[in-house]
Amino acid sequence: MSGVLLDTSAIGGCNPAAAICTRGVTRDFKAGQQTITVLHGIDLDVRSGELTYLVGESGSGKTTLISIMCGILWPTLGEVKVFGTDIYSLGDTELVEFRLKNIGFIFQQYNLIPSIDAASNAAVPLIAQGVDRNEARERAVAMLERLNIGNQAAKLPNQLSGGQQQRVAIARALVHEPRLVVCDEPTAALDAASGRRVMDLLRDVAVAADRACIIVTHDNRIFDLADRILVLEDGRITHDGKHMPEGH
Amino acid sequence: MIWIAIRMLTGDGQKFYGLVFGIAFSTLLITQQLTIFVNLIERGASSVYNVPTADVWVMDEVSRTTDVNYPMASTALDRVRSVPGVEWAVPHLRAGASVRSGDGDLEGVSIVGVDDATLIGLPLRMVTGSADVLSQPDSVIIDDVGVARLFEDGRSPIEERLELNDQRAVIRAVADAIPSFTSQVTLYTKYSQALRYVPGTRNRLSFVLVGASPGVTAGELATRIEAATGLRARTRDQFARDGVDFIIQNTGIPLNFGITVALGFIVGVAIVGLTFSLFIRDNIKQFGALKAIGVTNAKIGRMVAAQAGLVGLIGYGLGVVGTVLFIWSFSANPTFKGFYIPWQIPLISLVAVALILALTGWLALRNVLRTEPASVFR
Ligand SMILES: Nc1ncnc2c1ncn2[C@@H]1O[C@H](COP(=O)(O)OP(=O)(O)OP(=O)(O)O)[C@@H](O)[C@H]1O
Ligand SMILES: [Mg+2]
Repeated sequence: MSGVLLDTSAIGGCNPAAAICTRGVTRDFKAGQQTITVLHGIDLDVRSGELTYLVGESGSGKTTLISIMCGILWPTLGEVKVFGTDIYSLGDTELVEFRLKNIGFIFQQYNLIPSIDAASNAAVPLIAQGVDRNEARERAVAMLERLNIGNQAAKLPNQLSGGQQQRVAIARALVHEPRLVVCDEPTAALDAASGRRVMDLLRDVAVAADRACIIVTHDNRIFDLADRILVLEDGRITHDGKHMPEGH
Repeated sequence: MIWIAIRMLTGDGQKFYGLVFGIAFSTLLITQQLTIFVNLIERGASSVYNVPTADVWVMDEVSRTTDVNYPMASTALDRVRSVPGVEWAVPHLRAGASVRSGDGDLEGVSIVGVDDATLIGLPLRMVTGSADVLSQPDSVIIDDVGVARLFEDGRSPIEERLELNDQRAVIRAVADAIPSFTSQVTLYTKYSQALRYVPGTRNRLSFVLVGASPGVTAGELATRIEAATGLRARTRDQFARDGVDFIIQNTGIPLNFGITVALGFIVGVAIVGLTFSLFIRDNIKQFGALKAIGVTNAKIGRMVAAQAGLVGLIGYGLGVVGTVLFIWSFSANPTFKGFYIPWQIPLISLVAVALILALTGWLALRNVLRTEPASVFR
């Protein structure tokens, strides 16, 4: 839909329908005396209803870019709109609340809380939103059931397999029905078959008409499952298409 | 979120118990040491409290406490009696002596000579026997600490003979008295008898104990007596305070107890601070995840405060209960007789605990607040 009638990026505006829109995003890091520029003026639109991959070699800036797009890392320059909100013009607390309402996170290391059970872990965003604890738990169990681990709801994280823990982490990212889901290297630690299963699962639960899903990966075994692949090289987008470019 | 914070903490048994132990230990040390300190220095006033009927104590100008006194001429009694507002005034003698017990051991004792007619100057309650025994010849009444000191084997002291400065004394009753600071044996006897036990200079009247007439306050009366006689007059409360001050000024006790209390505080800060930072460090990824997901710093602060509060409540409770058990288990020991926990002391240790937790919690929290949410993707 977007970009068909008018390439808005060319004139610097944002398509109102874009889930995420970055304009001129640059990020520097200080390394001792030097300043290294990791991202060089990224202009990007991410659409809802698609599984978008962010692909690139180690150190190309994928994690930096996705962190900026989901409101946890300030860009040095440029602006980021998420569903029309210029997130870095929000106040600190407003930005935190924006994330709580609109963004689901799947961390590579899951970061589950070890002393509360799977359902409670999955319910964390709802509890943080102030939803009643019993209701939050019910909704979390329902989400675990969708992920086929409803029968593990009462177990502590260390009583679950790695794959099951990841599903709990996915449930936590989706339980509050955020409009944007971000995911860093979801398959890096999995074998090929499990990796594809997780991607199928994510497509099933995380992709919807009104929801955008971005996945950072350099796992070439799952490239064929993407709707759109963005390639990042040395802090610049060098490819944008359904398939990987030749030579990668 | 508070619920999650509590579960995070209690789920890590080792650190949770470490924190509770740290607080309990500090509380115990601070509460117990302060309790002993206060009770010990209050012993400086025990001789005053043992004579609750006296409103005013009159003494030579240079006398300072019940034990540090300079005798007056016996005419002082009549001079005091003639001051308006004095309802009654009786002589009171306090002196040291050596006693040879049945086993031949030598022991320093305090001799207290009380008014022959009224027996004012005796403790009000007796453990064994009654005050009347003093009418029998050579009678003395021993205090209960004295019994424990002189008759360690648990023998009954009644009818035991003592040699007091070469004079015969027979114990005929045991008084229920607050022990003195040094837990010295005290022997009560009639004033006239005491004069025989204390070999003598001409002046042997240590104090004149005074009761105020109705409508006259002790303070007013003391001022009047001083003006009329030139002697020193102290109300009961003032004189009790003098005894306490004397110990504070003349012993290293406040400093020593102060050091222990400070150590309790420092050890608490060390144990709790270290354990708290370890706990936070172990959970920093989880806290980072919470921050990324959308928990504000204010809420994180409340989570850490709840964790500190829980640890504080349990640890403090255990520490105070520990102190109570300690005092209670030693209550049979005469050295600890009458020990109590003044209400201010648990309050002081509560403040100390709050300070420890505020300090260590703030240090731990700083690490969490400094964690960038972006670190969760690394
Ligand atoms: N907080 C930071 N401080 C300094 N330099 C940083 C920081 N974060 C990232 N960098 C640098 O930015 C560059 C890009 O890092 P980034 O983590 O975005 O790469 P990546 O594409 O995610 O790599 P990988 O595939 O290994 O995860 C790297 O050179 C890294 O050293
Ligand atoms: Mg990365």
